[in-house]
Amino acid sequence: MFSLLRKMNPIYWVCIVVIIVSIFFHVQIDLTIPDYMGDIVNAVMTKQPVSMIVSIGWKMLGLCLISVLLMVLENYLATMVGSGLARHTRQRLFQKVESFSMEEINQFSTASLITRSTNDIQQVQQVTMMVLRIAIMAPIMAIGAIIKIIGKSGQLSLLTMVAVICLLLVLTTLFLLVSPKFTRIQKSNDMLNMVTRENLTGLRVIRANNAEDIQEEKFEQVNSMLVKLNLFVGRAMNLLNPFMNIVMSGLSLSIIWWGASLMNANLIDLGSVTAFISYSMQILSSFMMLTIVFIMFPRGMVSAKRINEVLHKDTKITDGIGLEKVYESHPELQGTLGEVEFDHVYFKYPNAQEAVLHDITFTAHKGETIAFIGSTGSGKSTVINLIPRFYDVTSGSIKVDGINVKEYKIEELNNKIGYVPQKGVLFRGTIASNIAYGKEDATKEEIVAAAKVAQAHSFIEQFPEGYDHEIAQGGTNVSGGQKQRLSIARAIIKKPEIYIFDDSFSALDYKTDKELRSQLKNYTQGVTTFIVAQRIGTIMDADKIIVLDNGKMVGMGTHEELLKNCQVYQEIAYSQLSKEELDGTAK
Amino acid sequence: MAQQNKNARPHGPMGGMMAVQKAKNFKASSKKLLKVLRPYFPAIIIAFLFAIGGTVLNILSPKYLGNMTNVIQDGIQLDSNYQFLGFAVDMQKIANIGIMLIIFYVVSAIFTYVQGYIMNELTQKITQSLRTQISQKINRLPLAYFDNTSIGDVLSRVTNDVDTIGQTLSQSLSSMITAITTIIGVPIMMLTISPLLTLVPLVSIPVSLIVVMLIVKFSQKHFKNQQEYLGDINGLIEEIYSSHNIVRVFNGVEKATEDFQEKNQKLYGSAWKSQFLSGLMIPMMNFLGNLSYVVVCIFGGHLALNNKIKIGAIQSFTTYIRQFNQPLSQIASIANVLQSTVAASERVFEFLEEEEQPTEEEKTAKLTHVEGNVRFDHVSFGYQPNKEIIHDLNVDIKAGQKVAIVGPTGAGKTTIVNLLMRFYEATKGDITVDGVSIFDMKREDCRNLFGMVLQDTWLFHGTIRENIAFGREDLSPEEVEKACSFAHIDHFIRSLPNGYDMVLDETANISQGQRQLLTIARAMVQNNPMMILDEATSSVDTRTEILIQNAMDKLMEGRTSFVIAHRLSTIKNADLILVMKDGNVVEMGKHEELLAKKGFYHDLYMAQFDEQNA
Repeated sequence: MFSLLRKMNPIYWVCIVVIIVSIFFHVQIDLTIPDYMGDIVNAVMTKQPVSMIVSIGWKMLGLCLISVLLMVLENYLATMVGSGLARHTRQRLFQKVESFSMEEINQFSTASLITRSTNDIQQVQQVTMMVLRIAIMAPIMAIGAIIKIIGKSGQLSLLTMVAVICLLLVLTTLFLLVSPKFTRIQKSNDMLNMVTRENLTGLRVIRANNAEDIQEEKFEQVNSMLVKLNLFVGRAMNLLNPFMNIVMSGLSLSIIWWGASLMNANLIDLGSVTAFISYSMQILSSFMMLTIVFIMFPRGMVSAKRINEVLHKDTKITDGIGLEKVYESHPELQGTLGEVEFDHVYFKYPNAQEAVLHDITFTAHKGETIAFIGSTGSGKSTVINLIPRFYDVTSGSIKVDGINVKEYKIEELNNKIGYVPQKGVLFRGTIASNIAYGKEDATKEEIVAAAKVAQAHSFIEQFPEGYDHEIAQGGTNVSGGQKQRLSIARAIIKKPEIYIFDDSFSALDYKTDKELRSQLKNYTQGVTTFIVAQRIGTIMDADKIIVLDNGKMVGMGTHEELLKNCQVYQEIAYSQLSKEELDGTAK
Repeated sequence: MAQQNKNARPHGPMGGMMAVQKAKNFKASSKKLLKVLRPYFPAIIIAFLFAIGGTVLNILSPKYLGNMTNVIQDGIQLDSNYQFLGFAVDMQKIANIGIMLIIFYVVSAIFTYVQGYIMNELTQKITQSLRTQISQKINRLPLAYFDNTSIGDVLSRVTNDVDTIGQTLSQSLSSMITAITTIIGVPIMMLTISPLLTLVPLVSIPVSLIVVMLIVKFSQKHFKNQQEYLGDINGLIEEIYSSHNIVRVFNGVEKATEDFQEKNQKLYGSAWKSQFLSGLMIPMMNFLGNLSYVVVCIFGGHLALNNKIKIGAIQSFTTYIRQFNQPLSQIASIANVLQSTVAASERVFEFLEEEEQPTEEEKTAKLTHVEGNVRFDHVSFGYQPNKEIIHDLNVDIKAGQKVAIVGPTGAGKTTIVNLLMRFYEATKGDITVDGVSIFDMKREDCRNLFGMVLQDTWLFHGTIRENIAFGREDLSPEEVEKACSFAHIDHFIRSLPNGYDMVLDETANISQGQRQLLTIARAMVQNNPMMILDEATSSVDTRTEILIQNAMDKLMEGRTSFVIAHRLSTIKNADLILVMKDGNVVEMGKHEELLAKKGFYHDLYMAQFDEQNA
């Protein structure tokens, strides 16, 4: 957590120092207040004139006011530091994640990165504010109050110590008893969620199998488990309040009681006893606060650790020297457009045993369509993910327009590529803003043109607001096929040199798929296109089809050639099309 | 009444505040909540009595502690010139009061615990029963309800809403009673000690109240903003992180960062303001407490000098003023707590009161031996009452025939499945199996007629064996394994750690194709007389697809089957093809007949396959 603070603007350090100093003074003041109270008591007891009480009162109130002002200042600074830390760390984390390649993203998993950027930061913010206010104050307060009382009466101090030990013992026991149950309650809650989710997603299957009772029984099991745990925790935690009351009131009572006999022995006066009670209460509450800090602090530390893990992770994929420099030394490369060359490419995921891709070599010339086909896990998507450097090759090289992709600045490389993912990804905003994501200065005409090619225009027109139709977060308010078509339009509007379609037609029905591809063909003349697909129909007319099996190229050629000489391709083709139809095409 | 559904409430003295939802119909929903609580009224009343008892003892003790001080004061020895000589405190009196106070403290603690114990037991009982009711309700609602409701919505009723109710029951209710008792009791105690001195808190309490309300009011606005901006920025983070590829390849990082910075700045502004304002509560209350202490002392000192009160009274008074401040901030928040509780219970009751599927006790029709002749007789249906999509459908299917259902995405192919399985009820007409109307059967008897394999393969947390023998605990291990070898999945299962006893969960590494095979095995062991199948389209590799096809063919053997078909070979071999478009069956017949007709099927077929014929 401190390493997070270290990276912050020095002004925050000044704030923290000011907070500590301010806390020190306000605690000192708070520690003198009981003395004044004691003085007032003694004044009243000994029938001093009211004017004297008033003058003590004024002094006391003046000090109180200063203390309050200091507390307000601390509060102000602590909230500034806490929220500032959250803002700053959130920003750093976000930028860090944005610099990651898919390799680092997968290492953490997207879900975990999201929790780290949201919940963990909130947690750190809360713990920071708490530490700044309570964790600094409690020990100062405790030590100061202890010093005060020891001088007043050794015997009564002993009494206070016993109370503190009682308090700490019970708090720790309760905490040790209950905290493992909290984890189990969390787990049971997750289970409850899971069973309910299961019920809801499996409604049709459950009903078809008349298995409603079985599911209800499962739910009941988890439910009663949860209730059992909750009952236990409730019974234990309910002890807390009555117990603390007994300790606090018991201590005040004992101090007065014992104090009375001390007074009889002329060892102490009543004012001191009253002040003593206040001090011992301050000690008790300091220790209580410290316990809370000890419970909360580890949570903050865990979150801080999770954040630091991300911040200390460096991305392996960084900008190259850039086109400008490359052209300086190799001016002949200028002007090449749409050439992609794979040269003995091997790829292995980090920590994986085996390589996903073995010795992939091919060249795509300007304007060609290259298709990849193969069973799941054959490495089709991996091949094309290497072009925009979502991952870097393990060995071998990939050249775009004659230049190794690693030498480009990432932005330069991206400018050449129009990428369409398998799952249509949309952003919150309008349909128009989503399409124009590929080209920020796009005109309305360009947007409509791109949508028309992507076969999206007709369904967009059906929305009452047309292109201004709002897209919800995650694009949940349009269908899978519509998402895919909008993603395609987004790539089209960019007018790139190279298109990459990662199984981007799977959610479209055959008719739309076909229409889209024929339009695209006209529109993308002279543009190099990579297509990954499951359906033979989608790729049959590609210039080059590359057949992958277990990461190795087992065939390359046109549909007709592969039907004749590639066994894996034949298998795939026969499973999807009937023999007559294939024979018809193979002629 | 509920234009603003978010609100904030102060939560304890630390001022952690949360968003609050308001109920649509506060009165009706509170009545329903009370009705649920009615059986527990005796227990609640007992708990309340204990709460009141504990609080009363708590309120009494400062007075006696004050009396103790008075005893000490009485022991002061002064000479004739009011010069202090020393103490001669009556220790017997002190002991008497001390023992009484010990009894007070112990009894009060026991009362508080008993109260908490009762409320805890009762809360757990009520929340358990609410969750059970919701879970059972899920199974009694028609599918139409769930097709129009998000899973997250139902889930949050089972968890969050029930939790909110539980929290209020176990904590807020009794703390409300305690607060009210304190607010009534403390002034009474003050009056019994000194009516004159009571004038001081009479002034200071409203001042505290105003301060509390002001702080709550100002910070509420910022808490609401904070909640909103937090939601905003978390939404953005989620969106950008999960679209990492796209953001990167479209060079969108800069734009995303700009967006992010703007939202982050807004969040920062509202975060520190809300935290700062709510953090003011403690110092303010502290100061007010000290202020009234001094005023009481001055005023009390004056009275004490005139021998109107004793020093113990001042001491008790200062304790009472402190005791009074806490319930004040509690009461301020209770309105919001109740609001959100009623809103939560409203959502729970709304769900529990949804119209259920009609019971079918009276239906007795049952088929003992099933041939498998299925007839759609003038069937009409629409998902919405005024929007009929299937008009007057008449289909006659002979035992053992294979029916293919085809059509573009979104044409409503599953509607036929929904009607056959009685997931939805036809609005007009009749569906019969071997001459018996499925509407005369109990739903479960109707569903027993069909086995079902859907594309959306549903597996639950449990062993593979339990997943396959789902709903048929009577099956022997051999029967399960036999079905699996028919479904070509036996070998795979045996290769897994623990084999058939491997527990399936999110981490289980089972591919889509293998899942499909498992659900086929499940349908296999059920051994229903007819079959409903959905062929796999994508995301299954070729070899597995062949296995799936083969297993499905086995399932269909000798059974009347309905297949949502994607493969040409299935379609061509079908005895009957139902062509669906925009929800309705537009054409039906055999493959050749339909082609010859040159209608919608012809178009569809050509679009799918003409490239190969070109």
